[in-house]
Amino acid sequence: MSDVKTVNRDFNTDIIGQFPGGVHPPERKQPASSRPIRRLPLPAELILPVRQHIGPSGKVLVEVGDRVDKGQRLTEAGLSQGLPLHAPTSGIIAAIEERPTAHASGLPEQAIVIHPDGEERWGNKHALPDYHDVEISRLLELVQEAGIAGLGGAGFPTAQKLAQQKPLKHLIINGVECEPYIAADDRLMQEYADDIIAGTRILQYITRCDSVLFAIEDNKPEAIKAIAAAIDDDTQIKLKVVPTKYPSGGEKQLIELLTGHQVPSGKLPMDIGLLMQNVGTAYAVKRAIIHGEPLLERVVTLTGEALEQRGNVWALLGTPIQHLLDESGFNPEKKQRIIMGGPMMGFTLPSTEVPVIKTTNCILAPTDHELPAPGPELACIRCGACSDVCPATLQPQQLQWLAKAKDYDELEKHHLFDCIECGACAYVCPSEIPLVHYYRKAKAEVRNIAREKAKAEQARKRFEARQERLEREKQERLERHRKAAEERKKMQQEKASRPDSKTDSGDEKPAGKSAAVAAAIARAKAKKAAQAAKDNADEDSSAKGNES
Amino acid sequence: MSFKIAPSPHGHNQRTTSEMMRWVCYALVPGVLLQSYFFGPGVWFQITLAVATAVLAEMACTVARERPAFSALRDNTAIVTAILLAISIPSLAPWWVIVIGTLFAIVVVKHVYGGMGQNLFNPAMAGYVLLLISFPVQMTNWLPASTISEHSLTLWQTLHTILFEYTPAGYSVEQLRAGIDGVTMATPLDTIKTELTRGYTLTEIYQGPEFSYFAGAGWQWINLGFLVGGLLLIQQRIISWHIPLGFLAGLCLPAFIAHIFAPDLMPGPIVHALSGATMLGAFFIATDPVSAATSNRGRVIFALLIGFIVFVIRSWGGYPDAVAFAVLLANMCVPLIDRYTRPVVYGHGD
Repeated sequence: MSDVKTVNRDFNTDIIGQFPGGVHPPERKQPASSRPIRRLPLPAELILPVRQHIGPSGKVLVEVGDRVDKGQRLTEAGLSQGLPLHAPTSGIIAAIEERPTAHASGLPEQAIVIHPDGEERWGNKHALPDYHDVEISRLLELVQEAGIAGLGGAGFPTAQKLAQQKPLKHLIINGVECEPYIAADDRLMQEYADDIIAGTRILQYITRCDSVLFAIEDNKPEAIKAIAAAIDDDTQIKLKVVPTKYPSGGEKQLIELLTGHQVPSGKLPMDIGLLMQNVGTAYAVKRAIIHGEPLLERVVTLTGEALEQRGNVWALLGTPIQHLLDESGFNPEKKQRIIMGGPMMGFTLPSTEVPVIKTTNCILAPTDHELPAPGPELACIRCGACSDVCPATLQPQQLQWLAKAKDYDELEKHHLFDCIECGACAYVCPSEIPLVHYYRKAKAEVRNIAREKAKAEQARKRFEARQERLEREKQERLERHRKAAEERKKMQQEKASRPDSKTDSGDEKPAGKSAAVAAAIARAKAKKAAQAAKDNADEDSSAKGNES
Repeated sequence: MSFKIAPSPHGHNQRTTSEMMRWVCYALVPGVLLQSYFFGPGVWFQITLAVATAVLAEMACTVARERPAFSALRDNTAIVTAILLAISIPSLAPWWVIVIGTLFAIVVVKHVYGGMGQNLFNPAMAGYVLLLISFPVQMTNWLPASTISEHSLTLWQTLHTILFEYTPAGYSVEQLRAGIDGVTMATPLDTIKTELTRGYTLTEIYQGPEFSYFAGAGWQWINLGFLVGGLLLIQQRIISWHIPLGFLAGLCLPAFIAHIFAPDLMPGPIVHALSGATMLGAFFIATDPVSAATSNRGRVIFALLIGFIVFVIRSWGGYPDAVAFAVLLANMCVPLIDRYTRPVVYGHGD
């Protein structure tokens, strides 16, 4: 323990800010944080959803029956926000079909299924041990081609985050890992500190940041020691030990903690000169640049009392969760919950056939005793416990009333969209109201309404444009008919006037008679034409009436 | 196999509402014990009657609102309301007084407004005010504390008085209130109010049998009992310090200033703090979260307001005590307070 204290004294000197609220749920990082990361035997199949993160899916480059090498590219990155996918090990493409994926809904998505051949045969690797001579744009390409996504949170493509052209003051490396149970980053820092720092330096080189702030929560003394040793006397990387409190690892909260500044609502950290990357991402970047290895695996914490062997494993992307559970002595109880992620923000899986994806940091199989399922929801008593713990200083109780009343305008006025869904409010709610659940639903509703509104607006514009066009066409048609009628009238008149000219030549009487007849015929014809034109117009307008 | 689906977060470590309400009941014990010591066992009958009425009324309301009969009882809030009302009224008040008050609190103040969490007013205090205005005689028939009283009633005599308004021997509550000299004794706050109007100074008034040590005989100890219970609630994090401290500050600071300027006309802060329903109000009544302001800043303002109104009514108003009125008046201000104390959301500063 004295070690922890010294480490804290050495590094915990200048935490600038603090964030409001937060909770202290039981950490339960043991035994995962003190056991070395294991390697599991290869699973029978790997399931790689083509679309692994936000953004459109890429084009599939392989066909069923193809032999693929480890690291071989399987998909072409789509346009924006896409990332290529690689074969995590060598094997045969067994299928390209819809499979349930790691999403709360469990809806099936297109996936490439690989049967590993067990040879672990690497394809070509383009190692780049010294990146300092290389153009930054080339490094960004390499990061992109390696398929690296942010391994800490939402899985945003890393190269795109790095490529934003804004002057940055600090690069923040997030090793906070504030969710209870999860120890994947902790173990990675303990065992691969040098690689992480090397990756950090690459990230700093790419982003041209003045300095790096490396943040770790003070409940990870071993990781702090390892990272401190790896940083050694590099003055550009500053280790910041932050006090243990959930959710201090949230991007916005950590920024407030380290810099004392808040990210303005609706803006990104880079707008205030900051960029944050997770330690796992820094490690993946190092593997990609220095060793030429794309992102094929990640550390996953397997924990919860329903598992006999708790700890961390290197899981190939695409590994079915069932395989991880089988390798950990899984004793399911009645109504077992399998949570992907931590207890605060993770989601329950409907099936264990879903695969590990880039953002899977933990599989938690708790017993009901250790994480009791919530009791029945009682009425809100406005006790305000939720407001006290909200790190975004929202008024969760107010949002809850408004969400239940479906008052979406007021919800937006109460800044619903500044909620980071950390779950602190629901964690402390004495009436056990699933608050975050209500907010998610309300957010989806608000988005839906906005979409519907945009659609309706578009439809309205389209309708108006059509009305205008029809009206224009009608006017044009009427004009045409009018002109035609006039034309005919004129012609008739001309015809009628021709015999008149004959009269000039002499023969008056018969000419006068025939002229009168011709004039009568012309009058009748003109009348008919006018009638026809009118009928036509009527028909047109009635036809239009039907159309519109 | 199929797995259970549940929304995050998956853990929950806070006391539930039902448990919190149970703790409020436990914390009332020291004060109620002292109250039953000084004013006889009547308070226990009142509590029993009130709780029974509240439970039945709550069940009837939930059934009428087409919800399972026991669903609303689970949170224990009706019981807390009933107990708070029962200990606020004179222990020998006739049985129908507490029944009417509790029915009004549960049915009208709580369920008509939409039930738990929806009521604008503190149900116990709204019930109390209804009773005080409708039955002023029964509601002000406080016995003198047992230490200075001529009479002490047995359990049976107490029950008989509550049920039939006379002791088995035929004494009315009015007669029981008489002191040694045959003069009816009032509560300390009442005594201060009436004697001041008769031209006595506080120094003289404090000589009366109704006063001892810090404040009113009996009442001061009951207040201290509720103070102890209230501190337990703060220590257990059932309530935060904002409302009790705000209440006491709002009451005692003006009292202190007034006392300095007119020591013989304005009772000092200690008398105020240990008289009437001060401690019960500060720790148990104003802290009702449903009808209080929601933010901590708002709660301090809310509580200061209550304390100050209590001071004003006690000093210049028509009633000797004023916690119930003050709480209801502050309840009305809550939407306004909440509106102006809304915290700045992350990223919306400057």
